[in-house]
Amino acid sequence: MTSLPRNIHEQQAANRLDTVLVMTAFVLFFAVLGLGFDTFFLGFQFGGPPHRGLGFPAATLIALAYGGFRAWSSYQSGAQSVLHSTGARPVGEANPEFQQLANVVDEMSIASGVPRPALYVIPDQDPNAFATGKDPANASIAVTQGLVERLNREELQGVIAHEMSHIRNYDIRLMTVVAALMGAILLLAEFGLRSFRFGGARSKGSSRSTGPIFLVFWLLALLLAPLLSQILALAVSRQREYLADASGAELTRNPNALANALAKIDAAEEPTRSIKKGSAHLCIGDPLGRKANEHEGFFANLFATHPPIEKRITLLRAMAYEHT
Amino acid sequence: MSFFVLFLIAVVILVVWAVAKYNSLVTLRNQVLNGWKQIDIQLKRRHDLIPNLVNAVKGYMEYEQETLQKVIAARNAAVTATGVADAAQKEGALTAALSKLFALAESYPNLKANENVRQLQEELSSTENKVSFARQFYNDIATKFNIAQQVFPGNIIAGIFRFQRSELFEVTEAEERAVPQVDLSLKK
Repeated sequence: MTSLPRNIHEQQAANRLDTVLVMTAFVLFFAVLGLGFDTFFLGFQFGGPPHRGLGFPAATLIALAYGGFRAWSSYQSGAQSVLHSTGARPVGEANPEFQQLANVVDEMSIASGVPRPALYVIPDQDPNAFATGKDPANASIAVTQGLVERLNREELQGVIAHEMSHIRNYDIRLMTVVAALMGAILLLAEFGLRSFRFGGARSKGSSRSTGPIFLVFWLLALLLAPLLSQILALAVSRQREYLADASGAELTRNPNALANALAKIDAAEEPTRSIKKGSAHLCIGDPLGRKANEHEGFFANLFATHPPIEKRITLLRAMAYEHT
Repeated sequence: MSFFVLFLIAVVILVVWAVAKYNSLVTLRNQVLNGWKQIDIQLKRRHDLIPNLVNAVKGYMEYEQETLQKVIAARNAAVTATGVADAAQKEGALTAALSKLFALAESYPNLKANENVRQLQEELSSTENKVSFARQFYNDIATKFNIAQQVFPGNIIAGIFRFQRSELFEVTEAEERAVPQVDLSLKK
């Protein structure tokens, strides 16, 4: 996933594949968590006599249903709660202070053929921006006060184009759903560990026939659940930053402006205080200003929400060079 | 018997494919029409804004009557344009006249300090951007539509149902291609 196809359609195809893989991994994760519970607590056994336990993997089905429900409910109302938690305020139609910002959003909505998203401003001096929503028709873009003040018109256009690409590529939906799935896995893993500690495996017969290997595997899955699901979520988010940069530049036909904007966002030292850790992966620049985002390398790659900003700027400058 | 079944399956697949192709062509045609409507909306807005701007700057730019006249004339010509090619040509001329006006306005400090003029200029330059982005979007989608009509085997369906190729909104006017000449010498 570290190699970078230049062509935008190749990138979109690669993204779709990544998304399918990540979603499959999440479904498997839910199934493993549930199946372990079925095996060790409810006495379920594949191919076993139907009178054992409930005769069907009840906990597996419940785990999958729970994951599905969490994904669905965040799909319905996730955007509003993210906006609310940052203290974002809607921008009125005739507000001269944000006239240019509103115009730029209109321009990018025309360029991308996406309906005009709702526009919010976050009262925070650190320059940052994010997009959220369930689909292009119900999307919102939020930018900080600091972004509006520090960037010039072209740079602002670059950032809005980047966010508009997140909307057009359905990244906003994927990211909210992934965040919800992460939360659901944490909860289930916690529940599994607790039951294990207090209840102990009840039906010994089944655990003997399934073998201790699955038990060890299941316990490992429970313990590593928070870590693994986070790695999955971050992998999706990083890949999509590159794509949004590239397709944003395609909208404005001005990759340099976005590169300049990224440099300014990077240069602003302060963390974006009003954006909580849970929404970090939505933003154009890491709001926490973490070191992990500045390095390439195996571990940095696993845990950073964003690709290194230096590398993004280099890629954009290369695009600008190709254009001339 | 089995040959007949295979033949039937082939026919069904062919029909399903033809229907899908036809529908995708119709979808593209509607997107092209919608893209053109977007350009049209922005062009109308531009036509409405220009008289306001000219009135606002008239007092400051006494020595630029000729430029202002040209802008108004180009605007009035653009309003009467019909069809894609005609509109592209006349709007191109208007864009050239406007960019000359903007370039000249840079040398009037009083003008730049006027809040009303500043807002009008922001509105108009945003509209300029919108026109060019709408044009970009329209040309992209129209090109996609035209290609879909020309490549094999889609061209068979396009031919049967007489789909027409869309004109691109191209700037052919030499005036817009050329860099506007701004005379910076002081003649008083």
